Amino acid sequence: MQAFDYIKAASEAEVIALLSKDGEQVRILSGGTDLLVQLREGRRTAKLLVDIKAVPEANELAYDPIEGLRVGAAVPCCRMCDDSTIASLYPGLVEAVALIGGTQIQGRASLGGNLCNASPAADSIPALIVHRATCIIAGPGGRREVAVEDFCAAPGQTILQPGEFLVSLRLAPPAPRFGAAYLRFIPRNEMDIAVAGAGASVTLNESRTTFVSACIALAAVAPTPLFVPEAGETLTGRTVSAEAIAEAARIAQAASRPISDMRGTAAQRKHLSAVLTRRALEKAIERARA
Amino acid sequence: MPTKVLVQTTINSEPVEFLCEPRQSLLEVLRETLGLTGAKEACNNGNCGACSVILDGVLVNACLVLAVEADGKTVTTIEGIAPRESLHPLQDEFLKQAALQCGICTPGFVVAAKALLDRNLQPTELEVRRWLAGNLCRCTGYDKIVRAVLAAAARMTPQ
Repeated sequence: MQAFDYIKAASEAEVIALLSKDGEQVRILSGGTDLLVQLREGRRTAKLLVDIKAVPEANELAYDPIEGLRVGAAVPCCRMCDDSTIASLYPGLVEAVALIGGTQIQGRASLGGNLCNASPAADSIPALIVHRATCIIAGPGGRREVAVEDFCAAPGQTILQPGEFLVSLRLAPPAPRFGAAYLRFIPRNEMDIAVAGAGASVTLNESRTTFVSACIALAAVAPTPLFVPEAGETLTGRTVSAEAIAEAARIAQAASRPISDMRGTAAQRKHLSAVLTRRALEKAIERARA
Repeated sequence: MPTKVLVQTTINSEPVEFLCEPRQSLLEVLRETLGLTGAKEACNNGNCGACSVILDGVLVNACLVLAVEADGKTVTTIEGIAPRESLHPLQDEFLKQAALQCGICTPGFVVAAKALLDRNLQPTELEVRRWLAGNLCRCTGYDKIVRAVLAAAARMTPQ
């Protein structure tokens, strides 16, 4: 691998100053489970790695009943999965995060890094979308917020501008009668990259018989994680029923635009979009009713 | 400008200092600089787990940790698993259960299994298999490995 320098930044300001020096050739290092492989294979280059694992806000994992969840961009998956409070409050997110790689990867890889790597098949991103997560970005112009569904621009590309980096992700506290789930299809049992994935969240009315709102997002069926607002909107105000769920699944499937590649055919992915959306909705409803 | 960085770590309970370039992985330094060749380079991209080590109590692939990132941290490698003059129950059970053939994956499996037993001495078979999903074996078909881990766990569980 080409030589690079390495700096462990102590503050947000230091990160921004370093990023501003040489654009593309300065890269953020969080868990490194994607970046180091890409550098080794020549798919990305870097002259300087800026390690953000000592930047306080990027390493914060905190839940507050009013403010909700703050996940620093560098927080490793294992910290989230081992946090029983967060795992019980956000099961639909934690189950997605727990799918990333295997145990060794979980020890380093971060949710923020999974997002910034911007794979179309990223498992955490549909889960973040259906939780309506917000990305907190810092840069030379100050801070800005971006809805997570707008963060990925193309495979491997984000909307981060030169000098900017993802500091943290924010999720609202779970509302009453809210439930979310993420499911994916892989050929093996563990470790694979999703052939297709679906995240779903629902909020039910007081009698738990009607959808107040719903949200559906798909993995690996478009150049970026695919938010399908119309699939969720079709459920608003409807009675919870197999027919309603099937309709949402059909709309999600129609919105999917997968390609055929070594992991699966477009036809299989289209089929899976509907099946996984239905199952994710059913699981989300079960959680909302619990 | 110096190209090398001084890194201070604790490896298998011993203080260790080394010089390395930032681009060198912890795996490379363990093997090439420190002579700790127990961790193996097989895939070098985080898929196979043959380079598994425990970093500040967390199971990781040493190929995906830069050596410079180990500064100030503790590392446990396969060389540090066995107590003084005997074998760790995991090592003993791997031998008893014939849970290895060529042995190239074995250090990674033993370290990974130790990390599991450090947090849960009574894993179910499913929990063992899930935990070890990041460790690949070409020879054994995994069954004897799983039995060895469960047998070691049973031995280590206080009665």
